Amino acid sequence: MNSPLSSIPLFHIGPVPISSAVAVTWVIMAALVLGAIALSRCLKLVPSATQAVFELVVETVDAQIRDTMRVGPAPYRAFIGTLFAFIFVANWSSLIPGVEPPTAHLETDAALALIVFLAVIWFGIRAGGVRGYLATFATPSPLMIPLNFLESITRTFSLLVRLFGNVMSGVFVIGIVLSLAGLLVPIPLMALDLLTGAVQAYIFAVLAMVFIAGTVSEGKEDPESSNPDSLIPGTHP
Amino acid sequence: MNWLALASIVSAAMAVSFGAIGPALAEGRAVAAAMDAIARQPEAANTISRTLFVGLAMIETMAIYCLVIALLLLFANPLLK
Repeated sequence: MNSPLSSIPLFHIGPVPISSAVAVTWVIMAALVLGAIALSRCLKLVPSATQAVFELVVETVDAQIRDTMRVGPAPYRAFIGTLFAFIFVANWSSLIPGVEPPTAHLETDAALALIVFLAVIWFGIRAGGVRGYLATFATPSPLMIPLNFLESITRTFSLLVRLFGNVMSGVFVIGIVLSLAGLLVPIPLMALDLLTGAVQAYIFAVLAMVFIAGTVSEGKEDPESSNPDSLIPGTHP
Repeated sequence: MNWLALASIVSAAMAVSFGAIGPALAEGRAVAAAMDAIARQPEAANTISRTLFVGLAMIETMAIYCLVIALLLLFANPLLK
């Protein structure tokens, strides 16, 4: 059995080895981009059935951003929505026979976690400037600077390990069961794997929102603008 | 098989088995508390279940860490190279 931590190169472009995870990632990216272009070309005021379905998806993403971050969804819709769509499609790409989800490899998850890490810095600087962003490390007191700095790295690392561990363990367990038992036995495990994949995509997006919202709300000039009472359940009417 | 490989296999199994106990208990407590909260306040079910999912993911990460350590011991052990 192959190690889940290593990846075998599929083919080479020049000196660069291309693994199957990278190839699947490119196919998913192409499918998402071409699908988005094809859908947004023929937008109508009275939506067709397909357009209505995707409007529902966008509205759900908006509602989740509004509920989790307590701000308008417009600046974050593209990032969070793309993140969720990519991870969701990547996790469910195991439905196609012979395709291993790219998120079951460490390098794809590392790239996604790095994107979230950089996005937190980007949105933090955009909300409060460089000073405001750096000041978020000193909240609630300057004593917390080393801990806050460490947290921003460890939470990125845990984001990476969480997605990798969940998806990879699903693939691994199915591989083991398939080598032990026959044709129909792994199907319930595959169904569980699909559920895990959807939940992990949701959780990845929600945690990205929580990290960004934490940095943005701490980096604001006046902390009164964000209403902290609304975050405590039970206090709103 | 030398004793180092044997120790790696035994400790990988122990890491997963003991590392799963704590998160299992914690997830049980978290779900029970969320059920209690939803039963008391059904109108807050959306907020509670969203927070519950994120919390469960946090708790589950502990078990996943143990799994990753076990896989490192089994497949990427630097002492066995």
